[in-house]
Amino acid sequence: MEFKTILFYLFAVLTVFAAVRVITARNPVHAVLFLVLAFFNMSGLWLLLQAEFLAIALIMVYVGAVMVLFLFVVMMLDINIERMRQGFWSNLPLGALVGFLMVGEMAVVLTGRYFGLESFPAHEMPASYSNTKELARVLFTDYVYPFELASIILLVAIIAAVMLTLRHRKDTKGMTSSAQVAVRSRDRMRIVKMASATELPATTADQEGDKA
Amino acid sequence: MISLSHYLVLAAILFAISVVGIFLNRKNLIVLLMAIELMLLAVNLNFVAFSHYLNDLSGQLFVFFILVVAAAESAIGLAILVVMFRNLSSIHVDDLDNLKG
Repeated sequence: MEFKTILFYLFAVLTVFAAVRVITARNPVHAVLFLVLAFFNMSGLWLLLQAEFLAIALIMVYVGAVMVLFLFVVMMLDINIERMRQGFWSNLPLGALVGFLMVGEMAVVLTGRYFGLESFPAHEMPASYSNTKELARVLFTDYVYPFELASIILLVAIIAAVMLTLRHRKDTKGMTSSAQVAVRSRDRMRIVKMASATELPATTADQEGDKA
Repeated sequence: MISLSHYLVLAAILFAISVVGIFLNRKNLIVLLMAIELMLLAVNLNFVAFSHYLNDLSGQLFVFFILVVAAAESAIGLAILVVMFRNLSSIHVDDLDNLKG
């Protein structure tokens, strides 16, 4: 058996195992970690398919950012697992039926005997072929508008995520810098004109006292 | 020799597993999100496999855009989850009955 075949089966079995554990794990943290395992093995499969850029992007973007975000959220929330697991297996018969139907139908369609999928030859690229370079060439010429749209989608997602989770606490004291900057001196201090105090004239009673 | 149908059947199995996961984890929103991620991963495997065997880079470009949309989706989904947990102190689907539907 060729080494690449062995690698394919290794990655495939591990991916399927990790996927099964993702959906059955009791603890959501374990589910996230098994999802990371599934992503790693999928990245290995993509390397076998000579999609090197996507394989490394999957690990860096997905495992490095999205899965860590998942892990943060799962650890931050206090989840009542017992209540979540009530009636967990009661949906299995229906789910398994749908799943087996899907896999069975797809296997009939996709195993090349009837549809000639075996006839697609694998393209072995020369060693000087750079997947990243070719991908960038296509991305920045033919797909430049979808690329910009993708950046807008990401921007909207950033703003949405920040705005959804932003909250102003009522019980903390803070400064409003815009109000501080906008202060004018005549709003704070009022100058009142008053008549100046004059010296009191000497009273008559004092003068009479002196005489007595 | 690994043919195209090997990869496609593997992707179909992964997709079916995540469908079963949605059936099983109906109560748990966070595992539902993870099952959706698995589904997108299976679809991406299809794209990459076809891209390799048809020698066409457009498939890999599509995977790129699917990754972008999936990242945006999970970021917003998790933000909604956090807001919901703040308001309800639970992420149980049965507690989402404000609309009395």
